[in-house]
Amino acid sequence: MKSRVAITLFIAAMIFTGGYAALFVAPDEATMHQIQRIFYFHVPVWTAMTTALSIAFASCIGWLVTRKTWFDSLAAASSEVGVMCCTAGLITGMLWGKPVWGIWWTWDARLTSTFVLWLLYVSYLLLRELLDDPYKRATLSAVFGIFAFLDLPIVLFSTTLWRTQHPQPVLFGGPNSINRTMLDVFFLCMIAIVAVMILILIDRFRLEQLRLEAEELRVEIESRVAEPAPMGVGQGIPLKGQL
Amino acid sequence: MNFLRSTFTLFAKEVRLEFRTRDLLTATVVFCLIILVFFSFAFDPTPAESRRYGPGLLWIAFFFAASLMVSPSFAREQINDTLDALRMAPVPAFSVLAAKMLANLLFLLVAETILVPVFSVFYNVSLAGIICRLIFVLVLGSLGLVIAGTVFSAISAHARMRELLLPVLLLPFLTPMLIAAVSTTISLFSASAELDRTWVTFLAGFDIVFLTASWLLSEFLAEG
Repeated sequence: MKSRVAITLFIAAMIFTGGYAALFVAPDEATMHQIQRIFYFHVPVWTAMTTALSIAFASCIGWLVTRKTWFDSLAAASSEVGVMCCTAGLITGMLWGKPVWGIWWTWDARLTSTFVLWLLYVSYLLLRELLDDPYKRATLSAVFGIFAFLDLPIVLFSTTLWRTQHPQPVLFGGPNSINRTMLDVFFLCMIAIVAVMILILIDRFRLEQLRLEAEELRVEIESRVAEPAPMGVGQGIPLKGQL
Repeated sequence: MNFLRSTFTLFAKEVRLEFRTRDLLTATVVFCLIILVFFSFAFDPTPAESRRYGPGLLWIAFFFAASLMVSPSFAREQINDTLDALRMAPVPAFSVLAAKMLANLLFLLVAETILVPVFSVFYNVSLAGIICRLIFVLVLGSLGLVIAGTVFSAISAHARMRELLLPVLLLPFLTPMLIAAVSTTISLFSASAELDRTWVTFLAGFDIVFLTASWLLSEFLAEG
């Protein structure tokens, strides 16, 4: 418990430092000026989302292969956290898009494919919600999870063929270079946000396991209530004195 | 029983079941007709606009129709618990899935055979000269639709509100398919009437990837 508090405090400190560095330490960008600072939040959120959804995909396969319940809980937790990060990414993207592009939204390849991704994982969560039997829920949602994950590169490919407007990546292999301080601040923010994601993921995972346990107990109680009461005095064949 | 024989037997069962009542086909065709008519009321397109937006309309009608059409394939096995009987039968799990996919493909193609000429007449789009290539595109597109549709109907059959859930699962998943099918049909309907090779390859690739995935995961779908 103590280490948990210490880790949470450490991550909170990282987020605080990251936020401060993004706002005051990182140099001003040449064309977008202050608005560009949302970059230190926007891009790390996508990294966190990619990590979460990759964990979800691995957990889906894990469940189908090993049938260990914790894989299912991890799949549920990580896809939920992934959807949360995706929502944050979409919103910060819109906030960035409005002053820079002049519009909140455009049907560009990256934006469209991200929105489709969001829809796919929201429907995954909906599917989990609507399947009552825990075993069926785990298996069927794992199959859907694998299909959805396989669909992601195809969605990205199709929308890129269709059209694109979003800037190409500036960090890994992009043609533009990035300032050294900007890069340091960026990595600090990235580590902090991914750490927050993992912290939430762990909590959500524990919650899911507790929920499953509670569900099992509820089913057991219901099955006990449904059983006929054991034979005893006053039941079954009437005793002599009662006749 | 080998895979092909069992698949064919199950496919014949699906077809016999449907052609006894023809409920599904009739409802699908009428539903698509309504969409076609509504489009005309909503947008009042000129012949040029029909050629530009017609493919999108046609495919949206097929997508919505297919998402409703595939829903009973597993749901109707639940009424008399016949899915358990299918599971106990000495046939590969993929046979059951493949038979349902083939049956759905047949139903969808029959519906399209009725609807495409109607569309051509209503919207003044000439199909002369492109009919063979259009059939090719329709088959590729419909195959992708029924592969994903049948798998997702197996998933949603066990859920609450399954009729509503199936389109919610299926339509976002099929976005790339919609883009590819519409783009190919637009280039077919344009003045040059060309078959866009990139998009056709994409359609075929989509079909192959998800047919393979459903073959690999069919065992898990059967036990669900």
